Amino acid sequence: MTAKMEKNNNKQPREDVGPGKKNKLDLARVRAKIAETKGPEYWRSLEELTGSEEFRDMLRREFPEGASEWLDSVSRRGFLKLMGASLALAGMTACTKQPLEPIVPYVKQPEEVVPGRPLFYATAFSLGGYATPLLVESHLGRPTKIEGNDQHPVSLGGTDVFSQASLLDLYDPDRSQTVTYMGDAYSWSSFLAAFQGPLNVQKTLKGAGIRVLTQTVSSPTLADQMRQFLKLYPEAKWHVYEPVNRDNVLAGAQMAFGQPVETQYKLEYADIIISLDADFLYAGFPGFTRYARDYAARRDPDGHMNRLYVIESTPTSTGVKADHRLPMRAAEVEEFTRALASALGINGGGVPPRDTQAKFLHAMVGDLRSQRGNSVVIVGDHQPPVVHALGHAINQALGNVGRTLVYTDPVDANPINQTESLRDLVADMRGGKVDMLLILGGNPAYDAPADLGFADALKNTKVPLRIHVGLHQNETAELCLWHINEAHYLESWGDTRAYDGTLSMVQPLIAPLYSGKSIYEMMALFSGQAEATGYQLLRSYWQKQHAGADFEMFWRKSLHDGWIEGSAYRPKQVALKAADFPVASQVDARAIEINFRRDPSIWDGRFANNGWLQELPKPLTKMTWDNPLLIGVAMAERLGLEKEDVVELELQGKKLMAPVWVQAGHPDNSVTVFLGYGRSRAGRTGTGFGINVYHLRTSAIPWFTTGASLRKTGDTYKLATTQGYQTMETPIGSRPQVREASLEDYKKDPNFASEDEPKPDFSLYPRLPGFEYEKNQYAWGMAIDLNACVGCNNCMVACQSENNVPVVGKDQTVKGRHMHWLRVDTYYQGERDAPRAFFQPVPCMQCENAPCEVVCPVGATVHSTEGLNDMVYNRCVGTRYCSNNCPYKVRRFNFLRFQDWDTPQYKMMRNPNVSVRSRGVMEKCTYCVQRITQHRVDAEREDRKIADGELETACQQSCPANAIVFGNINDPNSRVAKLKASSRNYGLLADLNTRPRTTYLAEVRNLNPELEEKAEHR
Amino acid sequence: MDDPTQATRGSRTAPVIEPGYTFATITDKISSIVLTRPVSNGWLVGFGVGFLITMMLLYAMGYLFLRGVGIWGVNIPVGWGFAIVNFVWWIGIGHAGTLISAILLLLRQQWRNSINRFAEAMTLFAVACAGMFPVLHLGRPWLAYWLFPYPNSMNYWPQFRSPLVWDVFAVSTYFTISLVFWFIGLIPDLATLRDRAENKWAAIIYGILAMGWRGSARHWKRYETAYLLLAGLATPLVLSVHTVVSFDFAIAILPGWHTTIFPPYFVAGAIYSGFAMVLMLAIPIRKFYGLEDFITQRHLENSAKVMLATGLIVAYGYAMEAFMNWYGGNPYDNYLLWNRLHGPYAPIYCALLFCNIVFPQVLWFRKWRTNPGLLFLVSFVVLVGMWLERFIIVVVSLHRDFQTSSWGMYYPTKWDWMTYIGTLGFFMAAFFLFIRILPMISIFEMRTLLPEAKEVKAE
Repeated sequence: MTAKMEKNNNKQPREDVGPGKKNKLDLARVRAKIAETKGPEYWRSLEELTGSEEFRDMLRREFPEGASEWLDSVSRRGFLKLMGASLALAGMTACTKQPLEPIVPYVKQPEEVVPGRPLFYATAFSLGGYATPLLVESHLGRPTKIEGNDQHPVSLGGTDVFSQASLLDLYDPDRSQTVTYMGDAYSWSSFLAAFQGPLNVQKTLKGAGIRVLTQTVSSPTLADQMRQFLKLYPEAKWHVYEPVNRDNVLAGAQMAFGQPVETQYKLEYADIIISLDADFLYAGFPGFTRYARDYAARRDPDGHMNRLYVIESTPTSTGVKADHRLPMRAAEVEEFTRALASALGINGGGVPPRDTQAKFLHAMVGDLRSQRGNSVVIVGDHQPPVVHALGHAINQALGNVGRTLVYTDPVDANPINQTESLRDLVADMRGGKVDMLLILGGNPAYDAPADLGFADALKNTKVPLRIHVGLHQNETAELCLWHINEAHYLESWGDTRAYDGTLSMVQPLIAPLYSGKSIYEMMALFSGQAEATGYQLLRSYWQKQHAGADFEMFWRKSLHDGWIEGSAYRPKQVALKAADFPVASQVDARAIEINFRRDPSIWDGRFANNGWLQELPKPLTKMTWDNPLLIGVAMAERLGLEKEDVVELELQGKKLMAPVWVQAGHPDNSVTVFLGYGRSRAGRTGTGFGINVYHLRTSAIPWFTTGASLRKTGDTYKLATTQGYQTMETPIGSRPQVREASLEDYKKDPNFASEDEPKPDFSLYPRLPGFEYEKNQYAWGMAIDLNACVGCNNCMVACQSENNVPVVGKDQTVKGRHMHWLRVDTYYQGERDAPRAFFQPVPCMQCENAPCEVVCPVGATVHSTEGLNDMVYNRCVGTRYCSNNCPYKVRRFNFLRFQDWDTPQYKMMRNPNVSVRSRGVMEKCTYCVQRITQHRVDAEREDRKIADGELETACQQSCPANAIVFGNINDPNSRVAKLKASSRNYGLLADLNTRPRTTYLAEVRNLNPELEEKAEHR
Repeated sequence: MDDPTQATRGSRTAPVIEPGYTFATITDKISSIVLTRPVSNGWLVGFGVGFLITMMLLYAMGYLFLRGVGIWGVNIPVGWGFAIVNFVWWIGIGHAGTLISAILLLLRQQWRNSINRFAEAMTLFAVACAGMFPVLHLGRPWLAYWLFPYPNSMNYWPQFRSPLVWDVFAVSTYFTISLVFWFIGLIPDLATLRDRAENKWAAIIYGILAMGWRGSARHWKRYETAYLLLAGLATPLVLSVHTVVSFDFAIAILPGWHTTIFPPYFVAGAIYSGFAMVLMLAIPIRKFYGLEDFITQRHLENSAKVMLATGLIVAYGYAMEAFMNWYGGNPYDNYLLWNRLHGPYAPIYCALLFCNIVFPQVLWFRKWRTNPGLLFLVSFVVLVGMWLERFIIVVVSLHRDFQTSSWGMYYPTKWDWMTYIGTLGFFMAAFFLFIRILPMISIFEMRTLLPEAKEVKAE
């Protein structure tokens, strides 16, 4: 309130305080004042000392006015000015004004806190209601790195890109930092006062005018709070909406079983996996971390090898991993599924497919028949309910239920059709039935289906009290009266469920940076418990659930572990209802299909202001900062389009200008576009990038439809991709960067990958003393199993977070100056319309004969006796010769000052054990040398060697598929040494005799002989 | 010994100095340009343009220091761009000056006497331009001194395996020797200017610079010894400097750089471009200052012949490089050749072949070789071609190397161009100053070309 009042004061005519009109300082007063003061009192100017009117006036005027700029996320200049001012003030108060009374530093350290040593706390991140269990590293109370919770059965140490990057959201300087009313800063108490009256009125109406809109809720505590709230206000309604929801999955289960059930796959038992447009090997698919682990574990060419068929409407990383991949328009998947069902003896209807599809189907059916009970069919979330129902029927018919998949209760605490829920809400808003709308998280004004007109309803209908709670002042906050700054999940207490129902605890790592409120606290407030803190709410809920004397024990254990043992859902026995699958409408084969997909980097748009994710190359296109229209090669040729051409996209009368990206392997006559871009109020990082396709997406066609049209405009638009050339083929032969064989060929010739490797010690020169690596205690090395890698980009975000890697922005990415220390290369091979594709993570190879070292004139890159190629930032003068001579091009250069050295929030976020590099300095992967050092210190103190597995690099730690293994290659029993002894092991460009310490295990595909796709020897 | 004033081989070749001059007229003619001739409008315009462009260079450098090398087009994979292209180009140009003054002196090629002075000045200015780039292109240019081995509290030493350290020594030695050689060669002429200067201040300044030269026999004896010794020192530099520069590339493992043919082919290329620059300077100067009698057809023709010969060596270098790329069977080298011919920079490679190989073949014909206008054009084309050659070597090798995933493109920015053109302006301004304040042709060495000098000797 104070801010508001002072702002009003400003409107009074100002008195000019220019030098001319300034009252002269009364020197007599100054002298008197100085004489009065005793001891060290500080003043900033003589005006302050004498307490002159001008000074007080200046102070009053200075801040409230500027304060409003905080809310305008666009004004970077203003922001920087203010930051400067507040830093200066902080300096004044914090450094010079120590208390006059004597103070005592703590003599005993707080328990567990050792300066320089991080602590790890278990917590959980949730997206779409599904938890990713985490361990968060905290340095003296500042969370600095997010890792997977290795003791949690769902994570087993793996994470996903979103949960890891959510750290940057915590420290986002654009986060909403204060309560606002119509865009002006207000105090929390003024909100309480303003909101109490209308709530009292609602009490008499049994809450008939209250609507609560949440995102998907899986938290038992919050669900309980909602129930309490609805008991208190029986006429109130709870709506749920997220743009990337699982309506189709629930409807499919409803259709098949008559009840909403969750399907949980057990890929550790599956030999034949069939994905019907399901991208289950990428973040965001419920259970991804566990599925990636299980999929990769059962993919050992020397042991058990599963086979993956992927039928997909847009190329995904799951499709890349497929042994056999069939590109197909999304609308045709239903027909294909019917044919599959019919072939397996289910009355699925539909006509048998022709040509390649028929051949593919036949091969697949053969495999499925022979592997009854060991196969699984996974249907993508965006396929219509009937495909899901067919999928359930197929799994039932194959006897997979109970073996490779189980059914459980839904994780969603309120499994309703979210689109319909939002439709009802808008209808009520337009009907004047809503007096009080509480939007708890989310951004429906931006991402609601276009035909519902949610934003319009919010703007133009008379909902007297509109309250938005969120992390950002986003498009929805703009249209609400009140905005409450939400506490980030790393600042608040809570609980959530993982895909298998396991309850995961959310505990804060840091007190709210801006006094934000969690959703739990907001719901408590609406239920009349204004004073309740998140901690009390959570604890009291669990006290009710776990009554008994051992509660304290239970509570401490749950928080410590981050999950509650035995809380996973029990498998549910469900019976398939009479197989009745309503016949679909015919698909127009000539009309162009358009697919809306969640973005692999920024999801539904909620991560638009997250630089790590914006600059994270999408798995196939390697695109950053944009969402171009993906079209197939044949279609691009037909329409005369090339990448970066701008087209006018028309769908159901709505038009949009969009750049085009030609994507190999995209089904013909179909385009894909990712959601989440074109934000108008995301913050400094995210506003304005890409195109907003929510304008085209209506409630009837949330995922795909036909009837789009494209018209070439002749304009072009620059796109920022980090890998411009995505094939290993050159006009002069092919480059064996990724080596691959079919399982059959591998069995015949296990050494296919390492045939051209030079012999060890292939050199004229003796090694330097101290560099006879095999005599040293440690020789660090890394093996990356390309067979396991699913291309999920997790390692890239882990590396960025661990090593303080800067974000450079779109312009610099276009110029080829992205800074990722570890990249994941994607290569295509073979037919342009249905190519094979490969992923290859490339960190520094830490060559024993490092070409970079000999050419550095100042010795800024040198070799350690343990085999690390170290970079001495302080010594680097920036000739870039090392990068020129690096055949792997893994070195990254600070061409400009890429690090943000000014934003105070980022200073808190950074890993204190890794230097923040300055402009003009080369940098690269260090094998996380800070971790090695830490473990070496620990081991030496205990007089032992670093044990295998004790030390993990950041990329290795985050990898859900266990594709990256790091360790001591001098220890023949270490995992990495064993992998390197594998016949599949090969070094990248080893023929240059660089002797890379990072090596790869060649990919092996388990091909169906019937599909005759012989993999070339590579 | 031939009489330099006489045409040799009948009337086909022009003399080194036109007949009719005496000691006094030579001295008058050359020193008057500095001492008595008024400042012409042409000079003012030329110097003014050079000066303005130098100011642009300073502006570009200021912005560079403020923001970082990111204002240029360099990136990963193309870590070196215009800066290194220009460095190699300028260093190469410098080589002709040293060749003319040192090697031709030792080989007793008297015709060099009328062009060595300004060719040496050209060397100095070119090396100065070249020397800027390795510093400017650093990420942290304020730490450039770390490349020198100096005692320091960090107990750190340069990494002597790096060719960039060799470069530092090669270029700094080259600049020092060239400067000393040039200055020693100037002393007798500075004394002449001192003696002839009518302006008191000019006399004082030239006097100081002349270091007490009185022209005594003892002076001359010591002078001749020193000059000969310096020529001996400078001679290997003609070969070694560009050899070391070529090591910057040849030592690396990059396809297109890792080539044993680079040292000779770089040296030949350097002399090729250097003579082109000599001609580009000589042809307008002799015209505007009426020095056709001193810089005669003979000089132009000889320079053209050197260009033709070195150009053919360069052509052989290209052919061998391409042949080895193919014959070696290394797929990366093979691709490099393909990429030069068909890749995105193919037009530049074709332009290079035209400029450096095809067009200069006109020099086979005496008629064209002796046509100053055409010679000027050929020289210009060769200079462009040699710049393109360095662009091909630096950029095209880097932009597509081993890993296809890291392939990229290089596009120069306006700051790249401003810096490059800026050094051209600096060179131009420095040269205009030089021709106004120092004798651009060696007076005393010209005098030795006269028959009278021979007579004195004979006596």
